[in-house]
Amino acid sequence: MIDAVLLARLQFAFTVTFHILFPAFTIGLASWLAMLEFLWLRTGKPAYESLYRFWVKVFAVSFGLGVVSGIVMSFQFGTNWSVFTEASANVIGPLLGYEVLTAFFLEATFLGIMLFGLGRVPRGVHFFATLMVAFGTLLSAFWILAANSWMQTPAGYVYEDGVFYPDSWLAIIFNPSFPYRFLHMVAAAYLSTCFIVAGVAATYLLRGRFPRRAGLTLRLAVIFASIVVPLQIVIGDLHGLNTQEHQPIKVAAMEGNWESRTNAPLLLFAIPDEDAERNRFEIAIPGLASLILQHDFDGRIAGLTDVPPDERPPVGWVFYSFRVMVGIGLLMLFAAWAGLYHLWRGTLETTRWLLTLFRWMTPSGLIAVLAGWFVTEIGRQPYLVYGMMRTSEGVSPVPGASVGTSLALFVLVYGVVFGAGLYYVLKLIRHGPVEVERPAREGEATVRRPLSVPADTIEDPT
Amino acid sequence: MEGDWLPLVWLLLIAFAIFMYVLLDGFVLGVGILFPFARSDADRDAMMMSVAPIWDGNETWLVLGVGGLLAVFPVAYAIVLPALYLPFIFMLLGLIFRGIAFEFRFKADKSKPIWDRSFQIGSIVATFFQGVVLGSFVRGFAIEGGTFVGGALDWLAPFSLLVGVALVLGYALLGSTWLIIKAPGDLEDWARRISVRLLFAVLAAIALISVWVAFLNETIQARWFSLPNFYVLSQVPLATAVTGFLLWYTATKGYRLAPFVLTMVLFTLGYLGLAISLWPNIVPHEIPYWEAAAHRDSQLFVLVGAIITLPAIFFYTTYSYYVFRGKVQRDLTY
Repeated sequence: MIDAVLLARLQFAFTVTFHILFPAFTIGLASWLAMLEFLWLRTGKPAYESLYRFWVKVFAVSFGLGVVSGIVMSFQFGTNWSVFTEASANVIGPLLGYEVLTAFFLEATFLGIMLFGLGRVPRGVHFFATLMVAFGTLLSAFWILAANSWMQTPAGYVYEDGVFYPDSWLAIIFNPSFPYRFLHMVAAAYLSTCFIVAGVAATYLLRGRFPRRAGLTLRLAVIFASIVVPLQIVIGDLHGLNTQEHQPIKVAAMEGNWESRTNAPLLLFAIPDEDAERNRFEIAIPGLASLILQHDFDGRIAGLTDVPPDERPPVGWVFYSFRVMVGIGLLMLFAAWAGLYHLWRGTLETTRWLLTLFRWMTPSGLIAVLAGWFVTEIGRQPYLVYGMMRTSEGVSPVPGASVGTSLALFVLVYGVVFGAGLYYVLKLIRHGPVEVERPAREGEATVRRPLSVPADTIEDPT
Repeated sequence: MEGDWLPLVWLLLIAFAIFMYVLLDGFVLGVGILFPFARSDADRDAMMMSVAPIWDGNETWLVLGVGGLLAVFPVAYAIVLPALYLPFIFMLLGLIFRGIAFEFRFKADKSKPIWDRSFQIGSIVATFFQGVVLGSFVRGFAIEGGTFVGGALDWLAPFSLLVGVALVLGYALLGSTWLIIKAPGDLEDWARRISVRLLFAVLAAIALISVWVAFLNETIQARWFSLPNFYVLSQVPLATAVTGFLLWYTATKGYRLAPFVLTMVLFTLGYLGLAISLWPNIVPHEIPYWEAAAHRDSQLFVLVGAIITLPAIFFYTTYSYYVFRGKVQRDLTY
């Protein structure tokens, strides 16, 4: 018999890993577009217009992929985790309901105006539509992170006969880990976009294409990153302290710390061995983990052996993912501040090693986002609702063969879809933010293209 | 509990959300179903442009329907979704191919035919499996102790497959009558001819399903054919026949808006017939809606949100349709 729980987990992990890339990118991109359109409205400069028109196309592809992969998620609560859903729907359901009502309709409807409305609605209205899409992406993050955080640090509920009942909505939404997770994720999304935008601009500069627009883009990105990366590191530290308080075993896995101890070392590298309950090949800085997590060398850090093996998360995944995330964060800090230095010196656009670094760091934010989610979600195991409900207890009564079939189909389809999406985004990027050649509309139509398509411009003179 | 107004309000709201989805994504999927029959690439461009600015908002009603079911009737959600696991997965895969086609097709040149196929097959698969879901839902599920205990392929029954085919025809009719409103010139004439042909197929499918349903289940049979129910309820098929005639008339006589509206009336009557057959169960023949409801506080909390946001959603959705009103401009792009 195939292990249906493992398959269900794999399927959910695969679909959500794929999905989160697109919201992470579009949350930042929507705000970036709002800023570009604002600058375009204020200054009227064609550079901002062409940048807007360029990035909005990339946005459309990414948003579309986010939408189609997101709908899958809304069904998977039932198809894969129906027992969990039935137990927790009183609490989780309303949060998802609010996400649809406040965010999804807003994004989806104004997206139409944002993509197709230029020239059909007044410029101010179009800017408003872009703002609403950007606002919608943030609202969506708010609700879904509230739901996720509640699973990590459940609060504001009463638990009776295997069912969670709401007690205080404020306590449910603003559960202990939510504020940190929300800020950490939004900053991560902004930085992911920032480094993608910077990477594309750096690539153009390296190839001598669109030097002015790419230079402008890179300057904006470097200034943004040099402020937000350090901010993100502080938020991440606070988030870690919060996790230390509420999910100490997750932190023990992140640190690879087996025995509870004071003066715990920070492991730069190690190979955790779950059977032997110790690490191999440790490279450690003494006391640093205690200093980071307790802000005191003598601070006590929980150890994995504080709980029996069946209450521990898979250590390796959490341990390595955490190092990938932090490593990228530090690299981002270096790149951003090196960029700031060269911006100040006036050599940002000519320093090739730095441009090359930005180019190679194009996907770094998204990789860090995935690594961070691996830390927090795998670190939550073996629980679905931390400390309350095990993952194995929440799975749907669906045969393993069905789950396996759908997993295979998702891998296949997402592979094709993602491949095509990446292909078209790269194609758009190769084309680049070229001079705007506006299609003829309204009064212009008769002047610029007197005979080409008279019928449709006369029929609908919006 | 029975007699409480709150779950009833929610039942109506969720039924409304699902129905909005059926009507709104119905015509978008319908346009996709008709895609391969279009005579030229320019026609396909116009067809796709007629729905491109609004499809995403339309599809969101599905998320509201399923999200609302999760939030307010979790018992039903937790039975129906695992029971129809594979049809839902196939539907989602169809929606994926349909959805990405909107974004990719406009950016493709050589690979355009791939996304034509993706749009068309995605629409057909999504629609067919929505019909299979509906058909299986009406047939009911094997349930013990509040859990689905049936097999993975229980949905594979002639009746469910018939409903799948019928829905493909029905959405195609919604799509073709939508194109009567939106399509430029000769494409509109084409849509009219297609609409009339589809209408006869749809009416035949409705008749076949209506008769079949009565033999599926004794409760349904008793509800429709016992007296005095029969005198009242027989108005539904009568109204369907009248609507069908009016639809034929308006589609052939050059009315622009009426065929689409009448197709929506046709769907409304079908939905009404379904509601009459299944009332008051949210898991057919097994669980009445009040027994599947979430905690009252949860229902109230989301209701407050719905009361505040739904008027706003209606307002900006209407505005968006207003912005993109009238015949499609063939050069609309971004």
